[in-house]
Parts: sequence; C-alpha cells; structure tokens
Amino acid sequence: MIKIKNLHKAYKKNQVLKGIDLDFDKKGITAILGPNGSGKTTLIKCVLGMVLPNQGTITLFDENIKGKWNYRSQIDYLPQIAQFPPNLTVKQLLNMIKDIRQTEANDKRFIELFGLEPYLNKRLNSLSGGTKQKVNLTLALMYDNPLMILDEPTNGLDPVALINLKDYLRAEKAKGKTILMTTHIMSLVEELADEIVFLLEGNIYFRGSVKELLEAQQETSIERAIASILRSVKPKTQPIKFKKESRRMGELESVSI
Amino acid sequence: MTKIFKYSIFDLLRSRWSYIYFGFFFVFTIGLLFLSGDVSKVIISLMNVILILCPLIATMFGVMYYYNSREFTELLLAQPIKRTSIFLGQYLGLACSLSVSLLLGVGVPFVIYGIFGSPEIWNFFILIFIGIALSFIFSAIAFFIALRNENRIKGFGLAIVTWLFFAIIYDGLFLLIMVLFKDYPLESFALGASLFNPIDLSRILILLKLDISALMGYTGAVFQKFLGTALGMGISFAILLFWIGLPTLGIQRVAMKKDF
Repeated sequence: MIKIKNLHKAYKKNQVLKGIDLDFDKKGITAILGPNGSGKTTLIKCVLGMVLPNQGTITLFDENIKGKWNYRSQIDYLPQIAQFPPNLTVKQLLNMIKDIRQTEANDKRFIELFGLEPYLNKRLNSLSGGTKQKVNLTLALMYDNPLMILDEPTNGLDPVALINLKDYLRAEKAKGKTILMTTHIMSLVEELADEIVFLLEGNIYFRGSVKELLEAQQETSIERAIASILRSVKPKTQPIKFKKESRRMGELESVSI
Repeated sequence: MTKIFKYSIFDLLRSRWSYIYFGFFFVFTIGLLFLSGDVSKVIISLMNVILILCPLIATMFGVMYYYNSREFTELLLAQPIKRTSIFLGQYLGLACSLSVSLLLGVGVPFVIYGIFGSPEIWNFFILIFIGIALSFIFSAIAFFIALRNENRIKGFGLAIVTWLFFAIIYDGLFLLIMVLFKDYPLESFALGASLFNPIDLSRILILLKLDISALMGYTGAVFQKFLGTALGMGISFAILLFWIGLPTLGIQRVAMKKDF
C-alpha cells in the first residue's frame, strides 16, 4: 500500500529523515514511535505531500505521489493540532469538508459517538480543546478509506471518548484497514498496535511486533523497552552550546513516545 | 479553488473586523458628505484616507489571516485539493471581503446622497476602483511575505515595513531626488518613478481625474499629457493589474515549494 524508499528530509541544516525505507502492506495498526524530534510527524507529512522530501520516493497504491494530490482522497488523516476557522460553526465546517471531498461521509455516526450534537451550531472558537479534538476526529474518520493516518489521536480526549475511539479503531482493524498512528500513550500501543516502527534520529531503529520488541530488549513493558533502547544509544557528541545541549537532555529525559 | 474562496469569504464576512472596517468607512463617508456637501472635496478627502488606510489594513489583515489560519491550512493541505488552489482561494477570499467592506462602506452613503445623478460619478468609480485595487495588491504582498516567513514577528515586521516603504519612504526618496537634481528636467523620471509605486500611481490617477493637476505645475502638465490620454490610462491600469499579478505569482511559486 505504502512504499517508502530512501527518504531524506532536511529543514535547512537539520537533517530529520536520513534514508528511510519502509513498506506498509499489512492490514492492522502500526504505531510509529520515537522521541520528540525523531521525524514521526515529518514522515507522515511526507506521505501526505505536505512536506516535500529532498530525496527518495513514496509510492501509494502503486503510484508515485510526487506532484499529485488526488490520492489524498483515499486517506483519512488526523492532524496533531486542531485549529479551525474561528467564525464557522461545527456544522458548517463539516459541510465544507464534505463539499470539498464530494464523497459520501458518515459524520452522523461520529457526532453521536463523541456526543457532538449540542455543539453543532456553536462557533468553533467557543469550543474547548477536547471538543475541538472530537471535531478533528470526526473530520478525519468520517470517510471510509482503506488507509488511516492518525497523529496523536488521543490528545485531550475524556475517558468516555477515549474508550469509544479505541473500540472504533479495533473494529476498523478487524475490517482490514491499514492504520498508522503516532502516540505518547504506551498503554494504547500495548492495547492496539500489531506492529511498532521505532524512529530514532531519522532512521528506523526497530520494526516488529510488540512481543518482538519486549523480547529483543528483555523487558516486561513497552515503556521500559523503549527506555532501554534510548539508554543504549549514545547521544551524539555536540559542540558545547548551552541551548543545544539542554534540548538534547530534554529529549532524553522526557522520552515521549 | 472556488470552494476555498467561498468558505474564506464566508468566514471573513462573519468576522467582527470586517464590520468595524465597514463601519469606519460608512460613518466617515456619511459624515464628510453631509458636513461638506461638496462631492468633489469629499472624494479628495476620502482619497487621502483610502490611499493610506486600504494598503495598511490589507497588509495587516493579510498577514494576520494567513498566520491565524495556518493550522487550518494544514488540514486543507491534507485534503484532495491542489496546493495553489488553497492559497489563491484564501487570498481571493480575503481581498474580496476587504473590497466588499470598502465598497459598501463608501458606496452606500454616496448612493444615499444621490451620486448617480451627479457629474462626479466617474470620479467616484475611480476612487472605489483604486481602493479595491490597492486592497488586492497589498493583501497579495502580505500573503506572499507571510508565506515566506514562518516567524510571525518577522513576517509582521516585514509586511509593515513594505507598507511604510510604499506609503511614506518612497515619497521621501522621490522628493529627495527631485530636490537634489532640481536643475535637470525630471518630468519623465517623475512619471516613471510614480508608475512603480501603486500608491503614488493611484493618487495621481485620482488627482488627474479631478482636474486639479494645474496645481502641480509643469510636472502636472506632463502627467496630464501622459495619463490624460487613453493610452496613458490604459498603461496605468495595466500597471496596477501587474502589481496584483506579481505577488500573486509569488504566492503560487512559494506555495508549490513550501513544507508545512
């Protein structure tokens, strides 16, 4: 379904992706993990054509995506930060995306699932962060596409919505969809993911099932396994600049995966 | 593109800033019309306001609108739409909503006052046309600057400096050159230099239409000779259109290459 070959991306001097080779053919949920700044979002955005790679090719549904835009109609994408035009109401926003995509949408199901009915006629700038995330999820999930890309789907959700989302993802997985997601919540990975792709400094450090990861690192939980990977990787020597050094430390301390 | 345009303009027309902008022009124009009663004078006063305010507001709104809708633009970029359609749609939505505020704010009082029976009607149309052209030009420049600069403060600063350059600094330099080289015949130079600044060009277009070019001496006569003809007018309008086209092309080029 997705074939990524030798993908390189640098933002000015900051080399984010250093030759990624990935194939996603299997159905099921793949969790893309890695510390902050490891290139997870950049990788996802390259697939969506929002970030243009310096080198390498991405093939989606047997078609090179370079310069194309039509293929996005086959992807459900959930962006990390939800920010909408402040003066539109939820209903108008939903109608707008439906109008743009011109395919049948099942928004009613998600409005019900996330309890959005009372907010439909409210302006988007009056909604709380969690409610905005629910609108964001509705926008992303209301199309029945074979490929789903979710960037931090659980951000700001209350427990009820979280359980509903998990149930939904499980059901979609059972239907045979390919789902890629990044998350900071390890329990979610343990519960849902069939496969883990662990990115570190722009390369794929590990790819395999949750079980394989635990076995390889001889740990009992994913959290510990990831921590032991990060401990075993020596930080690159950097010129002593206070700002950069502290960021590096921050990355290692808050292994947010 | 039409869909993005439709939703941008819809979103903007519901924003309270559009109403404030409209309200300002409405109150100001009504005040001037009913206090002075001389349509020609009112047009000159409005010209001075429009020449400064339209570019300034278009610049500020352009930068603000781009940065505010940054995350939403990302959502649109993930939809099956062409990149350039998104940005051109948003730009046109912004420029048109500003133009609507101006058109109604200035136009409604003039219609109430009875401009359609007045001989000044063409001057009124030129005034509105120029206000709209300046809104399009400066919101395109602002969009272009905002697209090129991720850093909001830098983008804002650059956009304001650009406005300042065209509205004030350019005239200062112009005057300085005129004074320094006053012994030489500078009429053609003055004409050429005015064409390169959309604000100056607009000002001269209106002044000449109002037949007060006699006040500008020999230079005024040269301007009148050039711009008074159909060819001169045509060239001036073409240059205003060029000023809209250039930054719009820039928006397209940057949008194609940018990472989001």
